[in-house]
Amino acid sequence: MRYYIAQRLFWSVVIVFGIVVVNFVLTRIVPGDPTTALVGEFPVPQAYIDQIRHDFGLDQSIPAQLYYYLVHVAQGDLGFSFVGRQNVLPLILRRAGVTLILMLPSLTLASIIGVLIAVRAARRAGSSLNTFLTALSLAGASVPVFWLAQMLVMLFAVRLGWLPAQGMVSVRANYTGLAYFLDLLRHLILPSFCITIFYLAIVVRVARTSMLEMLHQDFVLTARAKGLSENQVVVRHVLRNALIPVITVIGYNFGYSLTGAILTETVFAWPGIGGLFVSSIHYQDFPVLSGIFLLAATAVVAANFITDILYAVVDPRVRVATLKPA
Amino acid sequence: MYPALRRMFTNPVGIVSGAVVLLLALAAVAGPTLYPVDPFALSVEVNAAPSWLHPLGTDDLGRDVLAGMIEGAKISLFVGISAALATTVIGVLVGAVAGYVGGRVDAALMRLSEFFQVMPTFILAVLIVSLIGPGLTRVIIVIAVLSWPQTARVARGEIMRVSQLDYVDAARCMGIPGWRILYGEVIPNAIAPALALASLIMAQAILLEASLSFLGLASPDIISWGRILSVAQQYLFTAWWLSVFSGMAIFITVLAFNLLGDALADALNPRHAH
Repeated sequence: MRYYIAQRLFWSVVIVFGIVVVNFVLTRIVPGDPTTALVGEFPVPQAYIDQIRHDFGLDQSIPAQLYYYLVHVAQGDLGFSFVGRQNVLPLILRRAGVTLILMLPSLTLASIIGVLIAVRAARRAGSSLNTFLTALSLAGASVPVFWLAQMLVMLFAVRLGWLPAQGMVSVRANYTGLAYFLDLLRHLILPSFCITIFYLAIVVRVARTSMLEMLHQDFVLTARAKGLSENQVVVRHVLRNALIPVITVIGYNFGYSLTGAILTETVFAWPGIGGLFVSSIHYQDFPVLSGIFLLAATAVVAANFITDILYAVVDPRVRVATLKPA
Repeated sequence: MYPALRRMFTNPVGIVSGAVVLLLALAAVAGPTLYPVDPFALSVEVNAAPSWLHPLGTDDLGRDVLAGMIEGAKISLFVGISAALATTVIGVLVGAVAGYVGGRVDAALMRLSEFFQVMPTFILAVLIVSLIGPGLTRVIIVIAVLSWPQTARVARGEIMRVSQLDYVDAARCMGIPGWRILYGEVIPNAIAPALALASLIMAQAILLEASLSFLGLASPDIISWGRILSVAQQYLFTAWWLSVFSGMAIFITVLAFNLLGDALADALNPRHAH
């Protein structure tokens, strides 16, 4: 097990390093000289340009620039947002917290509902409910999440007027305490519903397949032969084993759900990473964009690493199998 | 191949999704003739509700939405087909080399594909397109560069399976060079799953292009479904027709390609052959 963890950890570090290098290369493929962006298109003395090139290390060789970049990133310096007038890292981290307020309840809800649906569906294989659920999960995977969000706004906010269309809190109200919390909750309903649907599709699909697979295993036959009730068989034997792929799909799809959150936030003007991301696109604020990519990719690697470990904990076959290169 | 086609067209899902895709292609090709309205023509009737003159209304610049939708169908299909084609070519090549050569080459290529799969595709695509600037060709290249690992992994598995079959050994015994066995015998027999995957990749590509356009990362001189949705975002309270139709078009198209991919995978599955 220790060897397995070390192996996965090493691989995660390699990937993060690779991501940082990719990020560096990307920022270097921009057409044009970065100094033009810094000084603007004014006629300035050559000495000033040289000074700037020197300050930003642009007069060094590419490998040297990469080295400085790596050192900066390792120190948590992801650059400076010229639009936000502050360092990129704290800017992104503050917004990331707001995104998590949106993501965590949605993911939890999607996982629980998804597993419940899958259990029901798997017990009646071939029924019309099953077909319907399969169709539903495929539809969930095909719907553009930002369009779903727009439809929800138009129906529940514009037409019916039940829920707020945008934002995280009512700006004019100045609520505190419980009232603030309830207000936040009201704003949370539509966007989190959106992400839940987006995510439910994957969870149902994987959970259903894995439930069906488990139902045909020998140990299920044994459990039935022992005279256990259908409920006991499903809950104690099938579900337990079927949950393993579900855990992994939730973990491995962290990046996918982040994408869903970003697009959803755009429609609901939720002040998280998504909002920052979109405004940075409009202002061409590349340090922020590449910072978000770096952080998101690192978060995905971390989520994958944790999932790998969890997977090995619940399923001993994994850690044995991965000792040998596949 | 023929029994596979027959299986494909006895499957109701295959028929329906295939029909939707055909209709879409028809709309893209014959649409401008059947509904000869210039999608780029501006008018003073901005954000007009659907009427006899403009069946799906007009946008914020007074452009006809139905004509825009037809133009969007063209764009979506173009992006979907080109991206899927490029992805499949790269993926099958990489997968073939990895699966056929094996050893260290295989390990290195699979590590590389794992690396690509870990990166959050959408965020990276947005970053790249904002850096190099929008444009259909660029978007297609970005999609292909980011999606080949799925195809490579599937192709590799299938190539490994096929290259262990007896007739490949027979070909080797006849003294046929390795690369000719690969492209003459192995790839044609191993390509089916990659083709089914191509349909799913088309769906992903269309969705990705729409998402990029929605975030404003489309060149200003094209009209696409995602772009219409991007405009719609500013008029959610007043112009519902901007959002409803173009979003529905993306949804139906992506769903059709996803279902078609599933149906193709079922039909091409060799286990169903007997």
